[in-house]
Amino acid sequence: MSFVRDTYLPAAPPPPPSVGALGWVGQNLFSSPGNGLLTLLGLFILWLGVPPFIEWTLLNAVWRGTGREACLVEGAGACWAFVAAKLGQFVYGRYTFEERWRVDLVFFIGALTVALLMWERLPKRYYLALFGVLVYPILAFILLTGGVFGLPVVETSLWGGLLLTFVVAAVGITVSLPLGIFLALGRRSQLPVLRLLSVVYIEVWRGVPLITVLFMASVMLPLFLPPGVNFDKLLRVLIGVTLFSAAYMAEVVRGGLQAIPRGQYEAASALGLGFWKANLLIVMPQALRMVIPSIVNTFIGLFKDTTLVMIVGLFDFLGSIQVNFSDATWAAPQTAATGYVFAALIFWIICFSMSRYSVRVERRLNEGTRRE
Amino acid sequence: MNNEPAAIQITGLNKWYGDFQVLKHIDLSVGRGERIVICGPSGSGKSTLIRCINRLEDHQQGKIIVNGIELNNDLRRIDEVRAEVGMVFQSFNLFPHLTILENCTLAPIWVRKLPRAQARKEAMAYLERVQIADQADKYPGQLSGGQQQRVAIARALCMHPKIMLFDEPTSSLDPEMIKEVLDVMIGLAGEGMTMLCVTHEMGFARTVADRVVFMDEGQIMEENVPEEFFNRPQHPRTREFLSQILSH
Repeated sequence: MSFVRDTYLPAAPPPPPSVGALGWVGQNLFSSPGNGLLTLLGLFILWLGVPPFIEWTLLNAVWRGTGREACLVEGAGACWAFVAAKLGQFVYGRYTFEERWRVDLVFFIGALTVALLMWERLPKRYYLALFGVLVYPILAFILLTGGVFGLPVVETSLWGGLLLTFVVAAVGITVSLPLGIFLALGRRSQLPVLRLLSVVYIEVWRGVPLITVLFMASVMLPLFLPPGVNFDKLLRVLIGVTLFSAAYMAEVVRGGLQAIPRGQYEAASALGLGFWKANLLIVMPQALRMVIPSIVNTFIGLFKDTTLVMIVGLFDFLGSIQVNFSDATWAAPQTAATGYVFAALIFWIICFSMSRYSVRVERRLNEGTRRE
Repeated sequence: MNNEPAAIQITGLNKWYGDFQVLKHIDLSVGRGERIVICGPSGSGKSTLIRCINRLEDHQQGKIIVNGIELNNDLRRIDEVRAEVGMVFQSFNLFPHLTILENCTLAPIWVRKLPRAQARKEAMAYLERVQIADQADKYPGQLSGGQQQRVAIARALCMHPKIMLFDEPTSSLDPEMIKEVLDVMIGLAGEGMTMLCVTHEMGFARTVADRVVFMDEGQIMEENVPEEFFNRPQHPRTREFLSQILSH
């Protein structure tokens, strides 16, 4: 028996997916008795938790008021009036009131830079990125500390609130990434001394809790310095946080490096690219792209860890909220809860934005570069 | 033998991986414009041999002189040699995060310091030659294996190499794509490029090679012009190998 096809078969459309909303519900929520039960249980738990939370945070909340009396009403929910009254402190800490515009300006330029960077079609985006990495930190430093151009000095001990959180997180994030890249390269180096140093650095910092690092930085370090030499507590904390997260970053980057096939290095060498050029142009762009989720994961972790600076007497966003719980003017049963919910909300918004942004970057970078 | 200095001069080359000797006393001289095909069973050291020529592998004993430059631990000399020796790999090794055109302009811009515009122009000319210019803005992952390998050849040519090394360039290709790559290589051979080619494409060896080198267990067993090599192989191991690969 023989067969010879005389025409090619045309492509047929795929079979239709399940129909309508009801079809979706049936397929995803009630596909079996067990799943149906779990769905009902889930709905029940939501019904128990969500309505009271909404009632407390929104429906029964107190929005206006000048003191605790407003929130001491029978059955009152969240005391948002407290947050509204203290918002300045939450954002600026004890930063000199008349100079707060400087913080606003730093925030504004920063936000504008980030927003413009997200606009992918912007011409010369490269220069904007350079501005963000090189010029902006210097500008922010001058504006925030002052002492030049007739700007009054604002001691770092006065910095606090969201400002401090952003400073610690931004410095930690932007410095730890390049540091981590060098450490990762060092750990994979052919040179035994360099490799050993990198391994020791990474393992030591990773093996120590951040709280210990912060204590060391603020309490122990001054003991080792000659008397009279004293450098800024915030600076010490920044260095501690950065060196700490660099160790984590190094391991993340190393993960990416290990996923690069040997052939890429060989092809780069065969074309005459030396070690630094091969890494800069061929290896790092691929390795970092691969570990964007983990890098952002580390960033988010670092951002939330900034709350630990409270331990050494710096008042970050969460710290300045907590400090205000003891203000007699606003002492009410729900003050603390309101403050924590507010802190959680702000942290969540920032971390979630970072996560969304990374997804976007990933998607854009992966366009067309599908691997076979 | 003429008096012109050889493109590649290998004498007394020995190489070990740990205790295992992969290359045993290799002597090989390649004249300018000469086309050499190296064949042999897998594990015979043929890939290692050509990877020594641009020092992707280092050797422990013997001398390798490429274009008058002796390969040793001097890194600057190695980069000099690499800039003059192009290499094509079995697994293509294109850079997946760059477009086809960027793959070809990267090294000219960063190593030869060509202005961007000129590098593009040259790259497009080479892509034209391997008949893939219409794909210049795509990424490697969007191309077939044969197309990728042709891009890899163009990428190597963009460095204006004096010598081209091919490490089993068709071994990971589908049968229908082998021809398009071999055609490019035949064209290159016709232009007088010095070529060292590890391959099992015996048809290619017959038509293009000036000399065929047969290796086994890290040594050169037989070396001859294709005509003699295929029709009157001398060493029993060569005969056995040829009967294995030509019998079906």
